[in-house]
Amino acid sequence: MSEKLLEIKDEHLSFFTPAGEVKALNGVSFSLDEGEVLGIVGESGSGKSVTAYSIMGLTAYPGRLIGGTIRFNGHQVERMSEKEFRKMRGNEVSIIFQDPMTSLNPVYTIGNQIEEVIRLHTDKSKGEARARAKELLELVGINEPDKRLKQYPHELSGGMRQRVMIAIALACEPKLLIADEPTTALDVTIQAQILELMQELRQKMGMSIIMITHDLGVVASMCERIAVMYAGHIVEYGSTDEIFYHPSHEYTKGLIGSIPKLTTEESERLVPIEGQPVDLLNPPAGCPFAPRCRSCMKVCLRRMPPKTQLSDTHYSYCWLRQKEAAEGGERA
Amino acid sequence: MEHTQNTPELEKLPLGPDDFSPATASEKESLVIMRESVNFWADGLRRLRKNKIAMVSLFFILLIVIFAYILPSFWPYTYDQQIKYSENLSAFEYGKTELQRIEAGESVFPHICGTDKLGRDFAVRLMMATRVSLTVGIICSICVLVIGATYGAVAGFTGGLVDDIMMRFTDILYTIPDILLIILLSITLKPRIISLAETPGFEWMQKVGANLIAMFIVFALLYWVGMARITRSQVLVLKESEYVTAARALGAGSGRIIRKHLLTNCIGTLIVTTTLQIPAAIFTESYLSFLGLGVSAPMPSLGSLATDAVKGMNTYPHLLLLPAILISVTILVFNLFGDGLRDAFDPKLKN
Amino acid sequence: MGKYIVKRIAMGILSVFIVATLTFFLMNLVPGGPFVAEKSISKAAQEALEAKFGLDKPLLQRYTTYMTDFLQGDMGFSLRQRGRTVSDIIFSKFPVSARLAGIAVVVALCVGIPLGCVSAYNRGKLPDNFIIVLGTCGIAIPSFISSVLLLYTFGSWLQLLPTMGLNDAASYIMPVTALAIYPTAYITRLMRSSLLDVMGQDYIRTAKAMGLSSFMTLFKHALRNALLPVIAYVGPMLASLMTGSFVVEKIFTIPGLGREFVSSITNRDYTMIMGTTIILAALVIAANVLVDILYKVIDPRIKLK
Repeated sequence: MSEKLLEIKDEHLSFFTPAGEVKALNGVSFSLDEGEVLGIVGESGSGKSVTAYSIMGLTAYPGRLIGGTIRFNGHQVERMSEKEFRKMRGNEVSIIFQDPMTSLNPVYTIGNQIEEVIRLHTDKSKGEARARAKELLELVGINEPDKRLKQYPHELSGGMRQRVMIAIALACEPKLLIADEPTTALDVTIQAQILELMQELRQKMGMSIIMITHDLGVVASMCERIAVMYAGHIVEYGSTDEIFYHPSHEYTKGLIGSIPKLTTEESERLVPIEGQPVDLLNPPAGCPFAPRCRSCMKVCLRRMPPKTQLSDTHYSYCWLRQKEAAEGGERA
Repeated sequence: MEHTQNTPELEKLPLGPDDFSPATASEKESLVIMRESVNFWADGLRRLRKNKIAMVSLFFILLIVIFAYILPSFWPYTYDQQIKYSENLSAFEYGKTELQRIEAGESVFPHICGTDKLGRDFAVRLMMATRVSLTVGIICSICVLVIGATYGAVAGFTGGLVDDIMMRFTDILYTIPDILLIILLSITLKPRIISLAETPGFEWMQKVGANLIAMFIVFALLYWVGMARITRSQVLVLKESEYVTAARALGAGSGRIIRKHLLTNCIGTLIVTTTLQIPAAIFTESYLSFLGLGVSAPMPSLGSLATDAVKGMNTYPHLLLLPAILISVTILVFNLFGDGLRDAFDPKLKN
Repeated sequence: MGKYIVKRIAMGILSVFIVATLTFFLMNLVPGGPFVAEKSISKAAQEALEAKFGLDKPLLQRYTTYMTDFLQGDMGFSLRQRGRTVSDIIFSKFPVSARLAGIAVVVALCVGIPLGCVSAYNRGKLPDNFIIVLGTCGIAIPSFISSVLLLYTFGSWLQLLPTMGLNDAASYIMPVTALAIYPTAYITRLMRSSLLDVMGQDYIRTAKAMGLSSFMTLFKHALRNALLPVIAYVGPMLASLMTGSFVVEKIFTIPGLGREFVSSITNRDYTMIMGTTIILAALVIAANVLVDILYKVIDPRIKLK
């Protein structure tokens, strides 16, 4: 087995707002191998972006890491200074954001913005940086790179801009690329192209990817592992097949149940997940999903369920699985 | 187990079969703490009340209003009453005749802020001046609101060529430095209106003060442009919004849509803009007074009081400092309160 | 781009024309002729004077005459300063005002922009609060009050600075300060809110995420975008400086165009009022047009036609 590139253990992170402490992450743990692609799935506010940003030290004010450890590429991230973070960002770990329309600076040319990152992390000369920028644009499938380098972001389409963002992110060949809903703001046909590009680049460059999305379709096609997040917890973690064919947490089941399928028969309806996400200012004592869960039991409301290991790579936090395990144990 | 608290001791307790029975809907509900949904006004007021600076400003505004509109009625002197032998007194000083009256056993109300060169009690003049300045500020802002909001709403709502022409007109007015036109208008309109007030049928104008009316007209003629632009852009945004389309689809007429949907939605912006217009008008009035074009004697405004005091500022600095401070404080607290209102009711108006 | 410039300039010329027309007719609305105030002259002399200045002709004819003359650079004679043409007076006084206003612009930009940056950079901390208080006070104090207070404090009381004219460098200090307080405070507030706005943009997050220091992020990525509203304010700033110059030049007895304008108001020198109004309006309008065009050049987002 290859060495772990990223290892997060029991991460707690809160936003200290005037209204009170918003507990955004409540004990998140997972790890990532080199070259692995992990999908983090969850609804808005479930903590998926916050987790990813904390790896890069980009937690927005007034958020603060209050517990747990993050190991990335030999760094103890939770103890790093802003200066150390700066050396790491864009170099060892990079990120692409959701909205390519606003993620590029409107008053600088594409070339200027790519070269800036290259020159920041390497000691390449201006000319070398330009050559590298051109190479990168070709890599991400932009034709006429010489012309594009001189253009401003507003002169490019959304898909093109996202390609440029990817070029910037990959400029220094990072070991980990975080993609924060990279396709959400794009047209469906462009989405497919961008995903294809990312897969191709991953094969060429061999970096790990953390793919943050609320779209199960995106993770299915790209990821090897999937972490399902809900209210600042990873409620289920497993390989893509395990998550899709043997979902174990009721929330995951709900998510999968709400994907339309071509084979859906008329009598089968899409099943929405009813109710509202929990208020993270006052998280409930029990399982955060309990109030919306169809199979909620009394214990679910009072206590956080323990981890149930379903296979070497698959685990979930659900009292139903505990109950089954206990019953299975009794029978055995 | 009746406890709902999750204590560490409880955590260690073994679980019974009862724990794995399905939870009832009410049990589920008791856990979902829904935040109270609040309406726009209640939410805005709550935010306003939390804003310390805005609340302190409001307190000062109330003080100033009492000072300007209520206190003069209880004051033993009037603003144009000239007391002989009491000229140029400093604070708490008495004139010759007043001292005689005091010796005769009469009680004489002190001149808290002294008197001016004509022997007028300066405190009451300050109050009246504040009243004039505030009135100019408030009425001008209301005129601006009425004209600007109507113009902007009509332009935005009609759209097309009418909108184009109307907005081109405001564009041109906008580029012209307003102070020049204001100065011109006050030179030319004021004598007209004052002579108009003397003709029969218009005597009511004298009661209000012809030169105050001139001031209102001058301000109203120019300052509505900004308000019209803001209203129009609001109307345009709202016009495109789904609920207005929905109202239209349900057969609501234009009048009803303007009243019910557009105005209720712009009202926050309008209130904020109007509030911020008050200090601007006070500012300009005091400026015009300084140039000798503002409210004219014997009626004082804060600007004219300060102007009158400039010549003698080396001997009687308090005559200058008091109105100067009062103008600045008034403008300041109105600005701060307006900012507070904006943050509370219309955060998107920032910048 | 060319089309836009032409359109913008045409709009500007139209504005100036409207100002000129408005001014002309408003001036003629004033009850009584300009010579009525002079009691010393007889009725016949008054009529002779009116004939000399063409005031006996119908209004519309006078309007066309004035406008044609104006286009040829002739704004007539001053009614009060006998024998001097209005353009003469304007050209002799303008440089003084321009120098004063120019220094005030530089001061306002050089003080306002850094203060705004410091304030935004230390958002919510002590320096920020301090600067906000200063800025809010700065826009609440009318220029005539700040001038008079400065004059009283440094001129009469402490006797540190000259109170009249513009004869040496020290005499610039008070008028420039009085003139620059408002625009400086305004720019500070504008810069602060604009910078905070830009700092919240996605591309700033991108810059940080790619490893730029916060200093570099601020100076390279945020500042240029944040400066755009400040550039747009330069036009209105000139207008406010002009407003301020009327009182500042009067209070500090500076022989500039502003003081000339004010005294022509007090003297009811109608040709002077008309001439100065049109010239000042034209200057401000021209500045606005220039800034608009400049703005389009700097901001690549705005599509150039």
